[in-house]
Amino acid sequence: MQVPILKQGPYLIATVQSALTDDDLKELRNVLVEKVGHLRSRGVIVDVTALDVIDSFATRTLRDVAHMIRLRGAETVIVGIQPEVAFSMVKLGLTLEGVATSLDLEEGLAYLGRPGKASGREGRSDTG
Amino acid sequence: MSNGQGQATATEPRVESTASRLRELVAHLRQQRAQLREEWARLITEAQLLTAMTKEEIFAEATSVYDNYVEALETGTYEALQAYARNLSERIIPRGVETHEVVGIVLLLRDVLARSLFAKYHEDFTKLNRILDAYEPAANRIAITVAVGFVQERERIIREQQEAIRELSTPVLQVRERLLILPIIGVIDPQRARQLTEQLLRGIRTNRAKVVVLDITGVPYIDSPVANHLVQTVEAARLLGAIVIVTGLSPEIAQTLVNIGVDLGKMNTVGDLQGGIEEAERLLGYKVVLTRESAAQPA
Repeated sequence: MQVPILKQGPYLIATVQSALTDDDLKELRNVLVEKVGHLRSRGVIVDVTALDVIDSFATRTLRDVAHMIRLRGAETVIVGIQPEVAFSMVKLGLTLEGVATSLDLEEGLAYLGRPGKASGREGRSDTG
Repeated sequence: MSNGQGQATATEPRVESTASRLRELVAHLRQQRAQLREEWARLITEAQLLTAMTKEEIFAEATSVYDNYVEALETGTYEALQAYARNLSERIIPRGVETHEVVGIVLLLRDVLARSLFAKYHEDFTKLNRILDAYEPAANRIAITVAVGFVQERERIIREQQEAIRELSTPVLQVRERLLILPIIGVIDPQRARQLTEQLLRGIRTNRAKVVVLDITGVPYIDSPVANHLVQTVEAARLLGAIVIVTGLSPEIAQTLVNIGVDLGKMNTVGDLQGGIEEAERLLGYKVVLTRESAAQPA
């Protein structure tokens, strides 16, 4: 199942529509990293609202995407993680460290479009 | 639980005589009903038991307890008595009747009846002995049944109240647009911790919260599973795009957390609730301004 990637102004929006296999995830990663340079995007939003399971491979891939895109000069924010999914991820130790997260698409856009570093949530890489 | 018939199969002839003695006993108690009941009610008042009830109520209850008691002696089955004890407990517990009172009155009745047996058979000591042999185990069973019934009813009520407290115990309050407060009062047990997480995450979603202040001023202590659970909750909230600020950690809790080595690096902590709300407002870009110059201090 391919993930549609829409260009919205300076941002890319990838909306996951259904459960993804590992290959789908790798494909998504490659396409995003490729497109972000191609389209000169400033930010990427990955919307995972439709996922009711996010396993370790998915978490790692999402984290990799975020780090790779940062190296390509843009920002990534993961949006729409469901409450139950969030808690089971944390239980498994999958905390998406260093990756920005937002409640939904709207919040994600607001985060990327924030002036300076005001109201948005910085992805944290420090663990104290 | 045997109900008195357990011993019955063991020695047939003895059972026969125990049964006949119990019959004799029941007949005696029925005959003396009015007088013994009166005596019992008098003793209850004298011992200052059931002070929450009026004299008339005590007498009415005494009558039905007496009849149930005799019936249990006669039939050797305790279901009816058990049901009655439960029903009675339901009625008297809300009025503040204590366990010692219930046990006390049942033991008083046992004594009153035993006395009447002494009085009746005092000339024939062997017979008295045999009657008491039949009477005592049954009477003790009855006392236990009533006391257990009362305690079970109390426990049921306590359980219900715990449930109710639990449901009321984790309110999620919105103080500003996108700012939630969760004040927590009382001990957090694993079940409550789970509920807390659920409510917090759901609250973030429904209120589209960006910052949540989790105030644990009212929590006396925390153990390591619960502390870890809190850390996980904070992480999960972050995955939903919200920041959690924990406020009001008491010195004891702070010490415990450090001693058991919970990783608090990921937690945003502020001394008190006020500080937490101020920090949250700062994160959300609010600025509180005093409108009247005359007020004590500018913000």
